[in-house]
Parts: sequence; structure tokens; C-alpha cells
Amino acid sequence: MSAMDRQPQIEKLETGIPGFDHISKGGLPKGRTTLVAGTAGSAKTVIACQFLAEGIEKADDSGVFITFEESPNDIRQNMLGLGWDIRSWETEGRWTFVDASPQPGQETVVVGDYDLGALLARIEYAIQKVGAKRVSMDSLGAIFTQFSDSATVRGELFRIASALKKMGVTAVMTAERTQEYGDIARFGVEEFVADNVIILRNVLEQEKRRRTVEILKFRGTSHQKGEFPFTVMPGQGVIVIPLSAIELKQKSSSVRISSGNEELDEMCGGGFFRDSIILVSGATGNGKTLMVTEFIAGGAANGERCLLFAFEESREQLFRNAEGWGIDFEQMEEEGRLKVVCEYPEVMGLEDHLIDMKTIIDEFKPNRVAVDSLSALERVSSIKGFREFVIGLTSFIKHEEIVGLFTATTPTLMGGTSVTEAHISTITDSIILLRYVEMYGEMRRGLTVLKMRGSMHDKDIREFTIDGQGMHIGKPFRDVTGILTGQPMHRAPVEIERISELFQE
Amino acid sequence: MDKVLLKLYVTGQTPKTERAIANLRRICEEDLGGQYEMAVIDVLERPQLAEDEKILATPTLVKMLPPPLRRVIGDLSDTEKVLLGLDMQPLEKGEEE
Repeated sequence: MSAMDRQPQIEKLETGIPGFDHISKGGLPKGRTTLVAGTAGSAKTVIACQFLAEGIEKADDSGVFITFEESPNDIRQNMLGLGWDIRSWETEGRWTFVDASPQPGQETVVVGDYDLGALLARIEYAIQKVGAKRVSMDSLGAIFTQFSDSATVRGELFRIASALKKMGVTAVMTAERTQEYGDIARFGVEEFVADNVIILRNVLEQEKRRRTVEILKFRGTSHQKGEFPFTVMPGQGVIVIPLSAIELKQKSSSVRISSGNEELDEMCGGGFFRDSIILVSGATGNGKTLMVTEFIAGGAANGERCLLFAFEESREQLFRNAEGWGIDFEQMEEEGRLKVVCEYPEVMGLEDHLIDMKTIIDEFKPNRVAVDSLSALERVSSIKGFREFVIGLTSFIKHEEIVGLFTATTPTLMGGTSVTEAHISTITDSIILLRYVEMYGEMRRGLTVLKMRGSMHDKDIREFTIDGQGMHIGKPFRDVTGILTGQPMHRAPVEIERISELFQE
Repeated sequence: MDKVLLKLYVTGQTPKTERAIANLRRICEEDLGGQYEMAVIDVLERPQLAEDEKILATPTLVKMLPPPLRRVIGDLSDTEKVLLGLDMQPLEKGEEE
């Protein structure tokens, strides 16, 4: 080992902001100042407040909040909605404001040289008063508009940053950006806090807002690279979704569980694996929701807890449909074996859906989770956001050792694949295709198990019917080809025999 | 004439501080006819006062009386601008007698 390697690493301070400590590999560099830059509405103030709030709640660190823009009263009020009662922390002496916001109705004239000595004295005083370990300054741009001499302000901010370092506090300074992709911050503030830079973005993508956080640099220490989606949840604040934190370390179970349909179990070589992800793809009205219903009934019959996320149908519809197939959802729910969550995909962004779903899964602790349908969620996101959502959800479910059944709707009646499938197919352990088959002027239904990771399975395309008892899987379509491509061709049995003989020795 | 009450916030004993105090004294004597009360507050010694008054820059001159409340920041090197900033009229030479 060389002398270099033995140098003590830069310590990090766990922020407590969910997900952030993961992408920053342990938090913010301790005893240093980090610049958080973002455009208007990119949640800079929330991050600045949360840094202190989490410190108080999780680490018992006191904090000083220096505000250049909003008045302390506005901040107290705004943050109540995120679950932070700043006023009570102030009373307990764990949070203190340094109010440097513009005072209305007060004209100030500049005559000659000045510095920001009073501000620095106030900051130092506040830090000593509450014994602060964390300091937030929000936002630097506002002080440049209060004082026209940017060179002086820059110099003074540099002096404040050095003073903070000397006092050993970990600080966050926020600054405005004018563009999502461009200069780091306005007024060149990055020049004096250049050690650590974090960028928050709030990009409009296909009419949807997408928030991301990127750690641009941490001098002398490592972090994860690239943009990570995050969301601001009421009562919780910022939650970063650390995609790269997902590890392919799930245990793999060889225990089989029933799909809720005996014939399908048989086709899958004895049922689904206990911690696998199954994708059911099919056109509208093809039997996907039925398969979900049977999957849940199969679990409940086995004494398992089942959770259903429905994004297409209402509770009443689902319960009525289930009843039509001879399954009593209401009773299952009464017995605590079923929870149905119905929601329109449009009510929130995909990141929020993901966090919501994780929370519900954590609370209900199901053995089975069904999502009907994943495709409906495609509507509320960009393709990239959707892919991240799917990866985030599947990895979470697998990690919890829950079996997950997702449905995907194909855009065309006959065959074809959907965006959902394109993004999820490699993550899933099993894929079941449901397809319409046109035969002699009649629509029939076909089913095949396309993939069954870690197991043998039936390769036939079988016909199935639906009646008051649910799904019945029958014989393979022997004399039809091209079902999956959506162009079924009928061939005389003689020809099929001839073709199969071609490959025999 | 109305009573004039001024507060000057400074940071320690620096050349800038001394310049501001000297400039202010001169303006008060020469242009306000010596009818004034003036307090110099060192924010390093009394940070709570700076906090209460929300002072950011030093030196900052605050005119408490007469109203309106006015602030002038800087070393007060330009008498005319200081008086303008404080919203006060300099005494005419003739009025002094």
C-alpha cells in the first residue's frame, strides 16, 4: 500500500434524505460546503430545509437556516406541509433562522465601500447559539439582487464559506440556474464553493415534469454518477429513487406456488416460483384481468396475503367481475387476505406511484402482488421514466421475496408487443402471452408460456375459454401457424405432418 | 428641530469602520448642525442586535428618528449621497446663525 492510500478518507455526513445517501455513497462531505444548484421550482429550498430537518429528527444535529429569499415565516408555513414543524424546533433550540431576506419598505442606499461582516457575525453567532452541525443557505442568487456589487458579494460569500469550514459545520448552499443544461449557476457562485456540486433538474418531457438529482462532483471522494429521479412527497419531503442501488442479489426460490389455475400450473411445470416476476401480455378483453383474479384467488386459498394494484378498473368493477368468475373478493378482504388499491394513473407522477406502491407493500406485507395493468402507467410518463419505474418496482418486489404478476396490454388485437413488454421482458422470470386467434370467422383465445426461467414448460399454444368458473385451458392449436405474429394461417394436417417429418432423421 | 437618532453598525476596529465613523461625525457636525444622537454598534460584540435589526452589511447606518426609517450602507464617503439616502436636508449656511 502506498502512502497515498493510507490518507484518511473524506468523511461523509449522512443527510437522512431517503435515497440520497445511497447515490452519494454515504452523504455529503463532512465539514464542507456543497452547492445545490437548480432552476426555479426544482425543490432547492425543500432540500435545504430537509437537510436540517433530517439532521434534527434522525441524528439529533442542530441546524442554522440562512434565508436570503423567503421570509422565515413563509418557510415555516411551507414546510409544515412536508411534516416539519420548524417552530417547535426553534423553541427547543435545535433550529435557528438567520433572516437575510429582503425587508419590504426599507430603502437602502449604498455610499462607498462595505462588506457583509454583519451577516457573517450573525451566522457565527447563530451556529454557536444552537451548537449547529448543519447549515443551509437559501438561495445565493437573492443576495446578489440585494447588493448590486457582485464582486464584493462573491468575495464575501467566499469568506463566509471559509468561516463555515473553519467552524467544522457541513453546509448546503443553494443557487439558481437559468437553464436545465448549461452553466452551473448564476453569478458564478460555483467559483467559491467548487468542491462539491449537486444539480437538481425539473425537466419538461412530453408534457410531464420529471425531477432528477445529479451529483456533479464531490472533490476527493466518490459518488454515483448520472441523474437520478426524485419526487417531493407531502409529509415526507424529497425522496430520491436510487436505481443503481438496486442489486441483483435476490435469493432464488425453488418453491412453487399455484397460479390459481391448475392447467396453467401444469404448463409452467408445476406452478410459478415463489419470488418470481410474471408478465401477462395480451390485447384488451383477452383475459388478463381474469388471470390476475385467479392468481389472487389461488393465493388466498393457500392462506397467502394478496395485494392488487388496479389502474384500469374501479373497485366495483373488479369485485363484480370476480364474482362473475365465481370468486368472492369481498370475503377475502374481510379475512384480511386481500387488499385492492384502485387508482387512476393520472393522479400523480410515476415516481410518486412507485413510492406509494412501495409504502403500501411495506405496510401490507403481501405474499403476492398483482398490477393490472402496467401499460396504463405508461401514459403518465416518458419512456425513460417508465423504464426506471418498472425496474424500481420489480427489483423491490423481488427483494422482498414476493411473487409479482404484471399485465401488459398490446396495442393491436392480433399479436404485437407493447412498450411495456419491451422494457420489462428481460427482467421478468416468466412471460405468458394471451392472444386472439381468428379461425374461420370466429375469435378464439390462445395462451402460451413464452418463458419460464429455471424450469421446463409447455411450449404449445393452447386454446382457452372463459365461463362462469373462470379460465379453462384446452388443447393446442395444431393446424394454425403465425398466431404470435398476428397472422394466423391454417394448414392442412397433412402438410404439418410433412413439415415435422422434415426434421426427423 | 426634530431629534435625530442614528445607529451605525460596524465590524470590529477596521480602517473601514474608522472611516465610516469619521465621515458620519463630520456630516452630523457640518450638515445637521450637531443636533444628533449617534450609537456605534460593533456586530462582533453584539451579534444579537444585528440579528434583531437584520443587518447584513457593515458599515450600515440606520436613521431611527425622525421617520421614515432609512438605511445607508458603505463607508459614507459621499456626503451628498448620504444625506439623500437618509432623506435629510442639509442646513443652509444662512440658517445656522
